Amino acid sequence: MTLQATTGSRLIRIFSVLLILPAVALVTFLVIFPLIWALGLSFYSYNVIRGEAPVFVGVENYYRLLNSLDVWRRFVLTGQFVFYAVSIEFLIGFGLALLFYNQFSGRRLAITLVTTPLLVAPVAVGIFHRYLFDATFGVYSYFAQLITGQSVKILSQHPMFAIIFMDVWQWSPFMMLFILAGLEAIPKHMLESSEIDRLSMFTKFRYVVWPTIRPLVALALLFRTMDAFRTFDTIFTLTGGGPGTATEVLSIQIYRIAFQFFRTGEATALAFIFLVIIVLLTNIYLRLARRE
Amino acid sequence: MANSRNNRRGRRKIVRTVLIYISAIIAVIFFIFPIYWLVATSLKTRAQAFSTPPLFVWEPTFRNFIDIFLKRQTEIEAITGQELELATGAETFFYNSFVVTFSSIAIATVIGVLAAYSFSRYKPAGTNTLMFFILSTRMLPAIVVAIPIYFFYRSLGLYNTYIGLILLYTMFNLPFAVWMMKSFFDEVPRDIEQAALVDGSNPVKVFYKIALPQVLVGLGATIGFLIINVWNEFLFALLLTERATRTVPVMIAGTRGEVGINWGLIAAIETLYILPALVLIFVLQRFLLRGMTFGTVRGAK
Repeated sequence: MTLQATTGSRLIRIFSVLLILPAVALVTFLVIFPLIWALGLSFYSYNVIRGEAPVFVGVENYYRLLNSLDVWRRFVLTGQFVFYAVSIEFLIGFGLALLFYNQFSGRRLAITLVTTPLLVAPVAVGIFHRYLFDATFGVYSYFAQLITGQSVKILSQHPMFAIIFMDVWQWSPFMMLFILAGLEAIPKHMLESSEIDRLSMFTKFRYVVWPTIRPLVALALLFRTMDAFRTFDTIFTLTGGGPGTATEVLSIQIYRIAFQFFRTGEATALAFIFLVIIVLLTNIYLRLARRE
Repeated sequence: MANSRNNRRGRRKIVRTVLIYISAIIAVIFFIFPIYWLVATSLKTRAQAFSTPPLFVWEPTFRNFIDIFLKRQTEIEAITGQELELATGAETFFYNSFVVTFSSIAIATVIGVLAAYSFSRYKPAGTNTLMFFILSTRMLPAIVVAIPIYFFYRSLGLYNTYIGLILLYTMFNLPFAVWMMKSFFDEVPRDIEQAALVDGSNPVKVFYKIALPQVLVGLGATIGFLIINVWNEFLFALLLTERATRTVPVMIAGTRGEVGINWGLIAAIETLYILPALVLIFVLQRFLLRGMTFGTVRGAK
């Protein structure tokens, strides 16, 4: 029951709308308005540098982009990055959650330290991983050399590994938080009775653990996938999309088209394709999560 | 018999405990190492930062931190080229970051708390639609809105102004403030407010005398996350600022192209820059999951 229902006065109704008005106005002004404008622009050929008036070209931008091998390669590249990063984060996050499900002294402090990367600025992460991965004085390169016995130029030889590694470092704790919350929500008596019934590890996981943590796992994957798709800051500062275009994920490609080549119409069209993919993915995930 | 079984069980327990501690230590080292190395590098001289193999033991120096703010290039040095490192100008960028963060959070908090309260208590028509709409802005890739906003700002004269950035950050943080605060308001029982309203109290007074004091902890947590959000934002700061209004992340990212940069100095700037995050992780720990999911997942206690 809401407060309104008990009082029902007109004054209250006006008051409640007044409270949300500034928020709605601001969001409309800075999100809806630009989006509509950008959608319009995506049907034009427009280059800021040439300074000519935009020319209406219909769906040509979309047509050209979707037929460009280059763009498809970026889709695959972005997909690979998201897939590997999110899967590894899920596995590590699961492992960490199982570890921290145990009670031991210093557990809270350990959790705090492990989750520290979550709040560190992506820009600082990206720039500093440049130093860690540096071929001559980077400490990660040094470790890699100790292990493999030969000098490895991680950033130029395995740039994809570098960006995935960085993402895994920063975001595995995020998965861990979700899964740990799921594990802690399992009713204690169910774990105990499964212990008494001497269920096998697999059965216990399948019928006691999994049903409880499943919605949280789905949400964690949803959040992580969306965020990994949009990743810009860390990759931009670590590799800048390079060497060449080896790590140029979609968001960096859009940035380059828009602000380095200034092909604005094309960039907005690609941005909208990007947006559609994200909306579709969100819907698929939500449907999967809701099915149970 | 029973004794030996007890023994075996006891030994298994010890092995288990040892394994847990070893794994926990490995996990902590893996996740904290880059941050440790960042702070360590900030305490190294230029030569030490460039040593191969990397130095694990050295005599720490605080020179980099002094250099960030105090080093000035004199004219003679500029001509003779003896001291080629320019003053970083970091104080301006830190000041800018501070101004932008503080102002946008102040506005976003006020507007967000009001809206959250209304959504939680009065549920005006269309609440669910509006809440979902506000949430959906989180899924929006920044780069998609960046292009139109860049041109708007250019033509409206908001480019390279504090107001422009503040307005933008306020908007970006509103969805977070609204959802997070709504989740806190939803937890507080509303009987007292209801009684007060029935008794004919002024709804404005009911809000700030009864409802607000009950969510102060939540308000603090929300502000903590807002600080991180704004302080860390990069793309829009990169696109919409020039030297006068540039924030710290843009400055740090700008060191990317330089050859032979002084990593000790950069590390010192980065250390100062991530300091709020290192403090807030302890304060916000209890609300971490909630903050990262817009208050939609409550998490464990």
